[in-house]
Amino acid sequence: MRTLVSLAWLAALSTLALADGSRGVVTDQLTKTECSACHMAFQPGFLPARSWQALMGNLKEHFGEDASLSAETTAAITSYLVANAADSSGKPRGFARGLPADQTPLRITDLPRFKGEHGRFSEATMKKAGSMSNCAACHQGAEKGIFEDD
Amino acid sequence: MKTGTVLAALCVVGLTMPAMAGPREDILQGYASAAKSADAGFTGFDAARGKTLYGQQNTASAESPSCASCHSASPLEPGKTRAGKIIDPMAVSATPDRYTDAAKVEKWFGRNCNTVLGRDCTAVEKGDFITYLSSL
Repeated sequence: MRTLVSLAWLAALSTLALADGSRGVVTDQLTKTECSACHMAFQPGFLPARSWQALMGNLKEHFGEDASLSAETTAAITSYLVANAADSSGKPRGFARGLPADQTPLRITDLPRFKGEHGRFSEATMKKAGSMSNCAACHQGAEKGIFEDD
Repeated sequence: MKTGTVLAALCVVGLTMPAMAGPREDILQGYASAAKSADAGFTGFDAARGKTLYGQQNTASAESPSCASCHSASPLEPGKTRAGKIIDPMAVSATPDRYTDAAKVEKWFGRNCNTVLGRDCTAVEKGDFITYLSSL
C-alpha cells in the first residue's frame, strides 16, 4: 500500500515536472554520454537557447576545464539542447522564467529563480554535495527530472 | 560442432592469457612511433616518469593543479570530478578497460593536459602515463 502511494506520488510529481516543462529526462544519448562524463547531464529546459549556444561555443574554457569535443559532436549536442531549451516554444519556462532577454547566464545556478529556490546551505551540506552542480546530492531523482523531493 | 568447441576453447584461452597484444598495446605503439619521430634518441616509456607526471603539482590551474586532484592520489582508488561525479580508478588493474579506446584516450589527454598543464602532452608523456597506470 505504501509503495502504491509512493508510486502515485512519484507519478504525480513527474506529471507536474513535465507540465512545468523544465525537467523530464535527457533523451539524446550523445548528450547524456558526453555531458555526464563530469557532471549530471542537465536537462536542456533549464537554460534558454542563447545560453546553450554560448556554452557549447566555448567548451575549451568550460568553468575552468577544457571540455572540448569534436566539431560534429559539439554541433549535434548543441542542436538537441537548443531544440529543447527553456525558450524553445517561445516564452521561457521553468527556472528561465523572468530572465531578462539581454542576459545570457552560463550557469543554471545563476538564474534568478534558481537562486530564489535554493537560498543558502550549511557547510556540511555543501561538503557532501561538493558543488552546487551536483543536483543528485540532494535531489535523488534529478536525472529522472524529479526535483520536488526536498 | 567441432568448430564451436575449438572457438570456445580459444575464447577461454583468450580470457585467461595475459594481454600480449591488444588495443592498449596498439595505442602505446602509436605513441612510441610518434616519440621516435620527434626524437631519434627515444628509448622507451618509463613508469617512474609516468608516476611523477601523475602526481606532480602544476601551476596552470588553481582548481586542478594535478592529475591526482580529480583522479585521487592513488590511481587504484576512484576519483571525483570537481562537480562531484565519481571517476573510475585510473589503474588498469582496477579498471580493466582503461586505455583501450584510442579516440577516448586522445580526447581525455587533449582536455586534461590542457586543463592541468596548460598545454598538450607529448607522446612520451602519454606513453609514460599509460605505462605507469598499467604497472600497478
